[in-house]
Amino acid sequence: MQVTLKIFRYNPETDKTFHYDSYSIDAVETDRVLDVLERVKGEQDGTLTFRRSCAHGVCGSDALRINGRNMLACKTLIKDVGETLTVEPILGLPIKKDLIVDMEPFFNNYKKMMPYFVSSAPIPADGKERLQSPEDRIIFDETTKCILCACCTTSCPSYWANGEYYGPAAIVTAHRFIFDSRDEAAAQRLQILAETDGVARCHTAYNCTEACPREIKVTKAIGEVKMAMMTGKV
Amino acid sequence: MANIHQFDVVVIGAGGAGLMAGLYASRGAKTAVISKLYPTRSHTGAAQGGIAAALGNIEQDSPAWHCYDTVKGSDYLGDQDAIEFMTSEAPQIVYELEHMGLPFDRTPEGRIIQRPFGGHTNNETGKPVRRACHAADRTGHMILQTLYQQCVKNNVSFFDEYQTLDILIENGKAAGVVALELSTGDIHIFHAKSVVLATGGHGRIWEITSNAYALTGDGIAMALRRGLPAEDMEFFQFHPTGIYKLGILITEGVRGEGGVLINGKGERFMPNYAKTVKDLASRDVVSRSMYMEMRDGRGINGSNYVYLDVRAETVNKYAAIDGRTNPDGSPYAMTGDAILKKLPDIIDFCRTYLGVDPVTQPIPVQPTAHYAMGGIPTNVYGEVLADNKNTVLPGLFAAGECACVSVHGANRLGCNSLLDIVVFGKHSGLRAAEYANGADFTALPADADGFARDQFDRIRNNKGGETVFKIGQEMKKEMFDNMGVFRTEETMTHALAKIQELQERAKHIKLSDTGKIFNTELLNAWELTNLLDLAEVTTASALARKESRGGHAREDFPKRDDVNWLKHTLAWKKDGKVKLDYKSVKITQYQPKERVY
Repeated sequence: MQVTLKIFRYNPETDKTFHYDSYSIDAVETDRVLDVLERVKGEQDGTLTFRRSCAHGVCGSDALRINGRNMLACKTLIKDVGETLTVEPILGLPIKKDLIVDMEPFFNNYKKMMPYFVSSAPIPADGKERLQSPEDRIIFDETTKCILCACCTTSCPSYWANGEYYGPAAIVTAHRFIFDSRDEAAAQRLQILAETDGVARCHTAYNCTEACPREIKVTKAIGEVKMAMMTGKV
Repeated sequence: MANIHQFDVVVIGAGGAGLMAGLYASRGAKTAVISKLYPTRSHTGAAQGGIAAALGNIEQDSPAWHCYDTVKGSDYLGDQDAIEFMTSEAPQIVYELEHMGLPFDRTPEGRIIQRPFGGHTNNETGKPVRRACHAADRTGHMILQTLYQQCVKNNVSFFDEYQTLDILIENGKAAGVVALELSTGDIHIFHAKSVVLATGGHGRIWEITSNAYALTGDGIAMALRRGLPAEDMEFFQFHPTGIYKLGILITEGVRGEGGVLINGKGERFMPNYAKTVKDLASRDVVSRSMYMEMRDGRGINGSNYVYLDVRAETVNKYAAIDGRTNPDGSPYAMTGDAILKKLPDIIDFCRTYLGVDPVTQPIPVQPTAHYAMGGIPTNVYGEVLADNKNTVLPGLFAAGECACVSVHGANRLGCNSLLDIVVFGKHSGLRAAEYANGADFTALPADADGFARDQFDRIRNNKGGETVFKIGQEMKKEMFDNMGVFRTEETMTHALAKIQELQERAKHIKLSDTGKIFNTELLNAWELTNLLDLAEVTTASALARKESRGGHAREDFPKRDDVNWLKHTLAWKKDGKVKLDYKSVKITQYQPKERVY
């Protein structure tokens, strides 16, 4: 089949503003969108610029806005999106070139969450693992899947409206630690998220949950953080 | 004018080995981690099934058994002192990861859970042992995330999206690296006392691979250009279960949980090749068995793939035949729901890419280029060894897949790579800081970035009609067809000539992107030169080795030959040609014997 792509282009070295270029390319319906982008770059236009690495949905490099929705180019097949594609950078982060955005603001929000394990408890005397029941482990299982691709944060209308909002991905990271029975810094993280740019900015639009390529129920996780904040219980 | 930075230690690469090295080095010395990707994009995150350590949380196990299994798995080419070191450090380092917060799955008692994996056995019974510590089928993801989190906690300095182009070596010592800032196109010189290479693998040489686009062997290629050898490059692992045509990894954990390989006649064939551990034989053995089935017309519909079947009824049928039991002695039984919980990611991959649901359908699989056993020669402290007398090059270190310690020898066991990266990442970081604290900076050479700039200028100024894409495709196809699971003198000679032809043609690649900012076309062209160099060294090393051992299987020399070939290959690039030499294998406890699974 013939696939037509309309791709967002912006080269800061030569362009005053962005434009779209169109490409037509042979594809099969089981091709990944990333395969098609690779062939456009390889065979038609070497200047087309985008990030990619693992090509199977685990590294989070190629989050793009495809036909108006955020998805990973490597985890989306042509049959899922049709023969006419509009490919744009994810929204809400500064555009560096073509489909590449500046990820620094995103990772800065991540770093505000104390995104690391905190425990002052001594390690077990035998030097072995801390114990954790399977029941305690499963509580935060889903949020450990996050690959920091930014599909959720850059699909969020609250984030588009206010770039100071920490955004869904940062809250998912906080959730992963807040609900880990071994961690001791839940109260501090909840305090951070109680600030103006924390969970209060979530208006449950559910875009994040729909956008997540890892099928994390992001809105639910944010709700659990809000609940913990209100009840003081985790 | 290049930007100049000064650090005691610079680490190149931010996968598991690089992050572990960065974490440990930063505790004792001023350290920077430089990576061409954001650290969490590194390919450690794609590792699925587990990390090997003889914790004995579910059944009896010991580091000594792990050591022997690894030696046997290596087809006796692994250095036994290094293997003893790694397997004895394994339990402690897994506990350390847990102490860093890594969310392992748990046993009912709350301990780290473990599953069987290929080649890991109870040395008394010969039966599979549960040694692979895991977090569902995303263990590598959890290791990568946890180590990055710890680096954030400890304020490690990162230079994200900086492509390292050259290693500076002055007066026989490391002096730093030259790197390109991708977002600006600016060159940076990192003046350092210690340089740790942790750049990962180079599976992108082959057409069907589990490896990320980023895995282009940059560290090894840079080392070769600076006159250092690459060790045992002919040994590259083809993982038995890649998704058909795509190569995406399906963890050996599927077989650990009871999945079996089925041929076109509907038969489970692995018992014909490995009567004791069957589908859990070592990866080289399983990949060869699959090829032999396919060659004899027993692929699915006579084609070049077989099925991996993890449906509950199949698992339970063969578990009963094998007499597999739970730790409490009850018969092993699986449900579709349990499979979904234990292997969520690979089920997602199959549903997404194949439209196949492994809970109700078998998965079409074929061997996929997966892991480099070879690499930059090092000792157990990550110190790079410059010759066949193991002379240390002061200040230069390597760890992880780009290094060859050698703990994997001719074939790596599953779950030993995650172990390798954390153990040797840690020790190279520690030793790099220790060395830096006792050494002065080596003066930077005049025109420090000249060699890197020359390489780029040459690519920019090429004339001709070739493209990165086309040459890359031809290389990958040639290597998969002629330097794959099985090789002969004829196929390898063909491959070597083809690679050398492509190296010439690559000088005529014409770029269309002339900019500085995120010039990924230029970057890909440079990465292609690395892949071609490694393809050449791999093929030349393989052509010379006239035996079959581990991942190097020759149809014209089908037997292992310990009299002539129980030795490591060292390959240099000199004056445009590959030069080979050899060094001895360290044998301590285990004399080579026939390898039967």
